Amino acid sequence: MSMRFVSTILTGVLAAGAVSGGAPRAGSAPAPSAAVVKGTVKVQGAVPKATRIDMSQDPKCSPGHPGGVMTDDIVADGSSGLEDAIVYVSQGLGDAKFEPPKEAAVIEQKGCMYKPHVVAVRANQELKVVNSDTTTHNIHPAPNNNRESNQTQPPGAPLSMTFAREEIAIPVKCNIHPWMHSYIAVFKHPYFAVTGKDGSFEIGNLPPGSYTITAWHGKLGTTIQKITVGESETKTIEFVLKAQAGS
Amino acid sequence: MRTKNISTNCVVLLALLFSSVTSFAQQSHIGKLTGNAKQGKALYRRYCIFCHGPYGDGTGENAPYMDPKPRDFTKATFKCRSTPSGSLPLDSDLYDTISRGVHSSGMPSWRPLTRQQRADLVAYVKSFSSRFEEEKPGAALEIPPAPPNSAESAKHGAELFESMNCWSCHGKEGRGNGPNARTLTDSKGYPIVPPDLTSGMHFKCGDSDQAMFRDLMTGLDGTPMPSFSDAVKPAEAWDLVHYVETLHLNAKKGILVKAEPKGE
Ligand code: HEC
Ligand code: HEC
Repeated sequence: MSMRFVSTILTGVLAAGAVSGGAPRAGSAPAPSAAVVKGTVKVQGAVPKATRIDMSQDPKCSPGHPGGVMTDDIVADGSSGLEDAIVYVSQGLGDAKFEPPKEAAVIEQKGCMYKPHVVAVRANQELKVVNSDTTTHNIHPAPNNNRESNQTQPPGAPLSMTFAREEIAIPVKCNIHPWMHSYIAVFKHPYFAVTGKDGSFEIGNLPPGSYTITAWHGKLGTTIQKITVGESETKTIEFVLKAQAGS
Repeated sequence: MRTKNISTNCVVLLALLFSSVTSFAQQSHIGKLTGNAKQGKALYRRYCIFCHGPYGDGTGENAPYMDPKPRDFTKATFKCRSTPSGSLPLDSDLYDTISRGVHSSGMPSWRPLTRQQRADLVAYVKSFSSRFEEEKPGAALEIPPAPPNSAESAKHGAELFESMNCWSCHGKEGRGNGPNARTLTDSKGYPIVPPDLTSGMHFKCGDSDQAMFRDLMTGLDGTPMPSFSDAVKPAEAWDLVHYVETLHLNAKKGILVKAEPKGE
């Protein structure tokens, strides 16, 4: 009885090892059979107008913005392509485990705004926080599933953080400059993309299979699609997120 | 026969391993004191439950009437710590808080309880979050001996109060009326105000110079008050402490000390 118990544990451990060994890792060459999911995220309905941010309380913020600066909570282009949405595999990967990449991701504070507005990292990947301004910031992530921290960063000082668990997405604030908002999304796998200015995304290197794909936006919520991709297939999908008046 | 024996041993070993892990998490260690969650639970139900709630999530019967709200222990986020921002507190931090109480809040001092009882309460408070099983607290902050409070040190502190943007919350004169003061919320979304540093009021995590030094370096987690450990050197943190003390003293004398504005 007990012998079987121990050997079950062993097989379990071995099996888990095999899965993680066989699964693709970020940075490794795509498997020849790997699939691609790409497309666009669009916004439907009236997008609330961006408003001018009043940065007058800190004169060190404005030199970066001679013409003033607009809010970047919802940014869409002329064909409704939605910037700064995240598209990711939310189901279908089983319990495959992935090593975090060695390279750090970066979030920059510039002109008292976060660049990018949405940053996606892997669990336990280093996130470098850069202060390119001449003023002091504090960076205050408010996670549900990770550690909350709140650190001051004067001009030029180095700072790094990591998040251990998946969370989509952690709101981030600077309490010194209350208009500064961003999101840090943390993934336990490499199958995600942040949309560009035209709302486009591409998730590559995906093992053939059936997946649930989620599109997320900080202000507009989420929507999902179920897809199946075959070997070397490239599938194009479009997501639509609805903007409600006043959102 | 032999294999069976070995495997049985394995199982026993595993069982031992698990039981020792859990029991360790149910304990607290403060100096020579060892606190026990089991005893702590009985004390908690008697003294703490009305505010902190049966599940430790801060939703006790009295909570709706309180500002600030009782701490939610399931988040394991604490204001008064000697460990870096984002880290769990030390057992001794929780013990000190329970003993001292939290000024300007409904959290009373529990010094009337014995030291053993307070240690037992620490163990029980920790049992509400699995983080105490999964993680270790970060390294405790080193507090170097305080240099003498000179005019020069306080003046440098005033400059740092400006360049570190303390004024954006605490106000140019430290009166708690900076441009952000009214926008601030704690991590649960409740409004929170920066203290008026000129009022001579008690600080939440202790009134000593060492306590203020520690609060500046580690921050008050769960609030907008950030950690400055990566922003100022220890000597500069002392300058800030000296400046804040000057605010206290000068307020008593009825004089306002203005942080020198730069870049305006
Ligand atoms: C009358 C209500 C009340 C009672 C009773 C009470 N507390 Fe609290 N407690 C609070 C409030 C309110 C806070 C939050 C204070 C703040 O955030 O400024 C708090 C905070 C705390 C904290 C966190 C401090 C930090 O560093 O963040 C601990 C630990 C704590 N209480 C333990 C206890 C224990 C143990 C007991 C019982 C022996 C107890 N409390 C009883 C109201 C209460
Ligand atoms: C982003 C806003 C913000 C900034 C910047 C800030 N503080 Fe605070 N500070 C607060 C808030 C809010 C509290 C109250 C926290 C609470 O009630 O739990 C606080 C509390 C304090 C306390 C009292 C701690 C205690 O134990 O009660 C001191 C002292 C203090 N701040 C000094 C400073 C100094 C010095 C600086 C700059 C080096 C600074 N603060 C920067 C918002 C800020």
